[in-house]
Amino acid sequence: MTVADVFACCAADDRGALVGYLPAGYPTVDDSVDLMNAMVEGGCDLIEVGIPYSDPVMDGPTIQVAAETALRNGIRLRDVLTVVERISAAGGSAVVMTYFNPVLRYGVDAFARDLASAGGLGVITPDLIPDEADEWLAASQTHGLDRIFLVAPSSTEERIASTVAACTGFVYATSIMGVTGARDSVADVAPEIVARTRPHTSLPIGVGLGVRSAAQAEQVASFADAVIVGSAFVTAATDRGTDGVRDLAAELAGGVRRAGTRTPA
Amino acid sequence: MASTTGVKPSDGVANRSGHDPDERGHFGRYGGRFVPEALVAALDELSAAYEKARHDEEFLAELDRLHRDYTGRPSPLTDAPKLGEHAGGARILLKREDLNHTGSHKINNVLGQALLTKRMGKKRVIAETGAGQHGVATATACALLDLECIVYMGEVDTARQALNVARMRLLGATVVPVKTGSRTLKDAINEALRDWVTNVDSTHYLLGTVAGPHPFPVMVRDFHRVIGMEAREQVLERTGALPDAVVACVGGGSNAIGIFHAFIDEPSVRLIGFEPGGDGVETGRHGATLAEGSPGALHGAMSYLLQDEDGQTSESYSISAGLDYPGVGPEHALLKDIGRAEYQPVTDAEAMEAFSLLSRTEGIIPAIESAHAVAGAIRLGRELGRDATILVNLSGRGDKDVDTAAKWFGMIAEDESAEDADGTAIADGGRA
Repeated sequence: MTVADVFACCAADDRGALVGYLPAGYPTVDDSVDLMNAMVEGGCDLIEVGIPYSDPVMDGPTIQVAAETALRNGIRLRDVLTVVERISAAGGSAVVMTYFNPVLRYGVDAFARDLASAGGLGVITPDLIPDEADEWLAASQTHGLDRIFLVAPSSTEERIASTVAACTGFVYATSIMGVTGARDSVADVAPEIVARTRPHTSLPIGVGLGVRSAAQAEQVASFADAVIVGSAFVTAATDRGTDGVRDLAAELAGGVRRAGTRTPA
Repeated sequence: MASTTGVKPSDGVANRSGHDPDERGHFGRYGGRFVPEALVAALDELSAAYEKARHDEEFLAELDRLHRDYTGRPSPLTDAPKLGEHAGGARILLKREDLNHTGSHKINNVLGQALLTKRMGKKRVIAETGAGQHGVATATACALLDLECIVYMGEVDTARQALNVARMRLLGATVVPVKTGSRTLKDAINEALRDWVTNVDSTHYLLGTVAGPHPFPVMVRDFHRVIGMEAREQVLERTGALPDAVVACVGGGSNAIGIFHAFIDEPSVRLIGFEPGGDGVETGRHGATLAEGSPGALHGAMSYLLQDEDGQTSESYSISAGLDYPGVGPEHALLKDIGRAEYQPVTDAEAMEAFSLLSRTEGIIPAIESAHAVAGAIRLGRELGRDATILVNLSGRGDKDVDTAAKWFGMIAEDESAEDADGTAIADGGRA
């Protein structure tokens, strides 16, 4: 299984993909594995396994608090690899979402090697731009991992072009200028950043930041190839545990299905 | 006698240094941009605005005018002979950045960036602050130049620097206490970065030190190069020779890089940065990033940082809020690696002893941050002896630290301490 296979399966099913995020180790390592398996059961096509980090500048309060809890409960980088291994063994598809310093500290090549052998498919890097990523580009190539960089509404055409050129698997488009957190509406700039990115790549484009409801998921799936949901899953996990995330995944998956195959741009 | 320095404050901006980073902001393997893509456009805009401004006579003249008439530059050089008696008889010269308007070197950078903010057409400024020196300087410049000002400050720091919180509010700034993480400078920077990611179109992040993503380390350094340029002329005029050593305290490293730079090509001049040793580096409670840390990426740049074996940032500690930071500017990381500068820890106790000594011998109450440099100079003087000349960057004054110091020395009881605007007792510093 590769990230491309995940998207191909969804396309064969005439729909986009649902990507769900939770921090590894939240609230404990075992609990986080159960929660992520429940996301898969509910209908998430790809799991984004977050590495809790002490200084998460792209995250709003919901994910910050969850990451702090996971760290306080003793999550280590090697535990994150175990979580990925267990999700993969249960039949799920997982990529890792991480700030870059934990990877630097582990050793970029060693991290890529160990993540690949745990069954991880790729890495989303919110604070690493391709300009600084030479070592990661080489390591991801060597170990067959997809590298998912972000494009933002503020990105220039030149930067969109150079960023997607470095991406494999899919492109992560941030729907708004801001940090993670569930919002009532998906900003108007979301379709625009996807439309601006589309001409530069044949890769699928996922949209994240702010999505929490089936209606929003349906709306986003009408113009993007994947709907990425994070904070809403954290809240569901906090409030109602595995049932909460399973139900939310099912609800969001319903929204994605209703959108069908995205309208060609 | 008034100083006759012929240095213009804008010289450090207009004249390119021989030690600039590469085009993408790398000082050797350090620096660069480890930031969300969302910020890259704003950093490019800032780089372009700075590059244009440094060749713009109008900008340079305005910067010079403000520093002369508002900051009070050039700052004097003061001989400290009685302090020298406690430092092995060495001649100690103090570069008096504490006499600048707002009480520290921070104004050098703040006025430059505030002028740039106006030129970029932005109306809202955000800043982080630890001790409050940078926050006060930023609030001041924003009042002067009609900019909206929001200062993020860790909740631990709003308590131990309550007077500076009040000063910022008097100047019209909004002070936001940051309650996440360790609730100190590191977390204030995180919160400022989150604000910037969200409001980047309208907002300039007026970063207060030589850390962060390119172009901040080089730009902030250039705004502070005036310190060393003036001091070099003043020392030559006063003594007829270069100093044997130039010393400064290092938190993020802005005052140190500002004074070091004018001597970087003089191999005979030792450059020594004194980092916060807190309770002693052996206790683990310190902020000696260069002496004890390892390379990594934090707050937008590759540099040294205090981290655990998983790359999680460690909490730093210092009695000095302005030095209590687990990162450091990338150019210092390079200067350490190539051996051009040395970095040594100074404990809380050593810094407070120097604080007291300078106050009593010379009638100058330094900021606790700057007291680390004074303590380092005393240590160095005892090592080098009476023939040595040591130039100390006295980066700030100690008015803001009187409460902390009074408690340290047992001059007031804990329960008599001042209270901040929220009614929270100032909790830190009492050790005596």
